[in-house]
Amino acid sequence: MIVADRKKVPEIRDMISKHTKVLLVGCGTCVTVCLAGGEREIGILGSALRMALRLAGHADVAVDECTIERQCEDAFIDILAQRATQYDAIVSFGCGAGVQALAERFPNTAVYPGLNTQFIGILESQGVWTEKCSGCGNCRLGEFAGICPITRCAKRLFNGPCAGSRDGKCEVDADLDCAWQLIYDRSKALGILDNFDAIAEPQDWSTGLDGGPRKVVREDQHIAGLGPKA
Amino acid sequence: MNPQSAIPNAPRRTSPQSPEPLILAFCCHYCAYAAADLAGSMRLQYPANVRLLRLPCTGRVEVNYLLAAFERGADAVIVAGCLEGGCHFQEGNLRARRRVERAKGLLREIGIEPERLEMFNLSSAEGGRFAEIVTEMNERVKHLGLSPMKPDAQSIQAAMREMTHEADERIASEPSGRARGSAHAK
Ligand code: SF4
Ligand code: SF4
Repeated sequence: MIVADRKKVPEIRDMISKHTKVLLVGCGTCVTVCLAGGEREIGILGSALRMALRLAGHADVAVDECTIERQCEDAFIDILAQRATQYDAIVSFGCGAGVQALAERFPNTAVYPGLNTQFIGILESQGVWTEKCSGCGNCRLGEFAGICPITRCAKRLFNGPCAGSRDGKCEVDADLDCAWQLIYDRSKALGILDNFDAIAEPQDWSTGLDGGPRKVVREDQHIAGLGPKA
Repeated sequence: MNPQSAIPNAPRRTSPQSPEPLILAFCCHYCAYAAADLAGSMRLQYPANVRLLRLPCTGRVEVNYLLAAFERGADAVIVAGCLEGGCHFQEGNLRARRRVERAKGLLREIGIEPERLEMFNLSSAEGGRFAEIVTEMNERVKHLGLSPMKPDAQSIQAAMREMTHEADERIASEPSGRARGSAHAK
């Protein structure tokens, strides 16, 4: 899932203080699970922002809250469309995709991010999320025993480890597991250490972000001419 | 500040003309609420401007309750749960403490003194401690002054009018008291 955390109250306050009616929009999917932008967090932030605005002399800015199931799909934004016309600004508490989906849908309304979108990751333990995938567009996990060297090795080595691997920890940060130690241990357990006799091929980065935003099209599902609603 | 606020057992009603400090106490049913009861039985004096909210456990406290209390003009908020290790639901009071810490961080970001919010632990036998806690928070408010969120006299009056109006409407729309009373008696 997408993992995010919230922006500080003063930053959001300053983004919206010039507006008169602001709607905070939460998202009920990834960011609810990572406790950043769901219904409960929106309630907390709504209270906090109203107080912060009042203290900064902007008591006239009205702040309301609502949460939709998923911000990154236009169909779910429908439920909000009518209400949104009453506001001159929206703060999205979805990931960066959610913010942009709202901005596309409401061309005449200012849309601001309430969260800092961090990464694609997993819940490691209660209250702790860790990054697992960088969305490289050409997944190589099969070669590396299911552990991503692009995301989890600080140097993105395809033929690791480097000489800085110490007692299973990465030289870049002693709190970080060395991805290559993990790859080695798991490969040993799976009996596939032979895989590493050959040099791993360099990555084909043409599938990555460098050529601009990517697009996935499913020809059998795609209906030509049907774009997002305005 | 209204000097009345410092007098123990001052009249309970607040005057809309001059807001007196208001302390809200989220009290666990098993300890703080019973301790408050005991303080009363012991005839202990403590500031009368505290309002108690009974919860089954302080673990029921969410950060949004705490912020909502300040947003509505509370000058200080107490969360009072059982002694650590003594929670009836094992760790409700420990969770509450962490939420109180988080709310304090948010208050700091908002620009409200985090000292206005505090978590306390006590047992149901500590009537004296309850009185002490309320007195301590009242002293803090006196030192810090009224909350910057305190509604002015006009908005308090408006809110009171609205509440009265809502209550009137609700009573008017309910079935008569006699009918409900007889239904209950059956
Ligand atoms: S190889 Fe690419 S797609 Fe696979 S986990 Fe790593 S970054 Fe993600
Ligand atoms: S110590 Fe391990 S994880 Fe860190 S950079 Fe070297 S190989 Fe990568």
